[in-house]
Amino acid sequence: MSDIISGFFQALNLIVTLNPDVMQIALLSLYVSLTATVLASFISIPLGGFIHFHDFPGKRILIVLIQTLYSVPTVVVGLLLYLVLSRSGPLGYFGLLWTPEGMILGQMVLIIPITTGLVLSALSSIDRNISDTLISLGATGFQTVVQVIKEARFAILSALILGFGRAISEVGVAMMIGGNILGQTRVLTTAIALQTGLGDFGFSIALGIILLAIALVIVIIMNLITSGAMGDFDRIMGGSPRA
Amino acid sequence: MTKNVHGFIIIMIAVLFIAICFTGCTSTSPQATTPAATPAANETPQQKLVIATTTSLYDTGLLAYLQPKFESQYNVKLAITSQGSGKAIQIATNGDADVLLVHSPAAELAFMQTGKGLNRRTFASNYFIIAGPPTDPAGITNMTPENAFTTLLLKGTNQTANVSFVSRGDGSGTQTAEQNIWKSAGYNYTVNVEKSGLWYIEAGKGMGETLQMASDKGAYTLTDEGTFLAYKSNLTLVPLVTKGASLLNIYSVMAVYNDKQPVEKIQMANNFINFLISPQTQADIGAYGVDKYGKSLFTPMSVTVPTAKAGWVGDYSTPATDLKPATVVTTAAPAANATTAAPVANATAAQ
Repeated sequence: MSDIISGFFQALNLIVTLNPDVMQIALLSLYVSLTATVLASFISIPLGGFIHFHDFPGKRILIVLIQTLYSVPTVVVGLLLYLVLSRSGPLGYFGLLWTPEGMILGQMVLIIPITTGLVLSALSSIDRNISDTLISLGATGFQTVVQVIKEARFAILSALILGFGRAISEVGVAMMIGGNILGQTRVLTTAIALQTGLGDFGFSIALGIILLAIALVIVIIMNLITSGAMGDFDRIMGGSPRA
Repeated sequence: MTKNVHGFIIIMIAVLFIAICFTGCTSTSPQATTPAATPAANETPQQKLVIATTTSLYDTGLLAYLQPKFESQYNVKLAITSQGSGKAIQIATNGDADVLLVHSPAAELAFMQTGKGLNRRTFASNYFIIAGPPTDPAGITNMTPENAFTTLLLKGTNQTANVSFVSRGDGSGTQTAEQNIWKSAGYNYTVNVEKSGLWYIEAGKGMGETLQMASDKGAYTLTDEGTFLAYKSNLTLVPLVTKGASLLNIYSVMAVYNDKQPVEKIQMANNFINFLISPQTQADIGAYGVDKYGKSLFTPMSVTVPTAKAGWVGDYSTPATDLKPATVVTTAAPAANATTAAPVANATAAQ
């Protein structure tokens, strides 16, 4: 219990004093996981849209497969990617092992199934009537797709937030691909794992609190962007659905 | 207007996809043909030397203490990744580290046999200790390690109250040492020990976490001395068995060799090895921890050269110079190894 309390005060202290080591670790966590989420969304949103709006053989199987990959253990993703990125592996030439970029790639692989799957269900939850109406009003197929994606933006946002949450909280990929190298690839989760192993529970709790603080800020920003975008879209939408 | 923006986004996504597909497809084939193309391009910038190390050297803070000293001597940035010895050796075997620092002599010799290691040097030693609750319910204080393990096994399987043992169970150098003690006590580890009952707990964790688990459970465990001293303040465990040949813990360093490894990396790895066995660093290792724990965590070779099974203690005085595995052998090693007998020469020669 005392560790939790001391962890809380340590966290406050580390945040207020902007402890350079901790800030560096926290910023790297943010950089890696946010980049991975943004890149994953570039793939997941179009991919989810494509799967949702097209009928093709094996669609159900593909969706089941994507949903199954929600459960892939982070350590397994880390291990598979390690073997691929290893100097003796197929992508070893690029030297991504033990780098933040390698960790970004690993976290992308980790969260793309989740974000794609949730984008899919976000799109499915949009009333079929909306797309029918749009088409009857003369929208092209492309305009319809964009419009439905806009309608589903909050659900898509929560898909991305969940993806970001899985990315910033995972240890397996960060440890296997990053290697927890101080000043280079140490992120909050691997630092927590290390400090816990060293018996410094208070410091570990402090780092955990800092991780949550970062998540809070990111979630608030993402929500602000979505609501701001909503205002924009409404204005833009004012007279144009008929084009 | 919006249409243009969306068109742009779609094009960006398409480009991204193609880029990913492109790198994915092309990169698989040509990697074998262009191994040394990139390193030549960046000669002046700082080198990066990846060190895969066993946890005990990292968790005790020794490497963090030595790192700036080495970096100030050479234009290099050390990237230290701390893993169990088993995993560290695997990483080195795959060519993903430049230097290997471990304490698992038999596995090290096997690694050297594969031709993927160069210039194995022993730079420090200390002792494993059998730690346990201060009440010592099994009564093993001051026994030999083998007798202590035998007693623990008998009382543990007998379900004597409060007798249990936490093993690392992670293929680390410490677990290898534990298995060696079981072996020299006359037990077959997998048959007689591993599944012998609830008293024997395989943690599957690092040394620090294993010590904490043993401390919480009031169990016995085998630990390296350095980690134990560094964690002592968090633990209710006390050292019970500290003497015996099978408790010797030998730390060695080697450079990683493979056909993709640029020669500059191997030279830098050799610099690091020579740094570790240099008189100054040996003195630093001997002094490390004295102020904090009242005694040094590691005994450098300059203070004591341990006696162990042939080949386990590597050369410690000849500078590391090999840049590739030697087929013909120089016999520099045995002269320095006064305490280890003739077979060592053959073992080091096998490098």
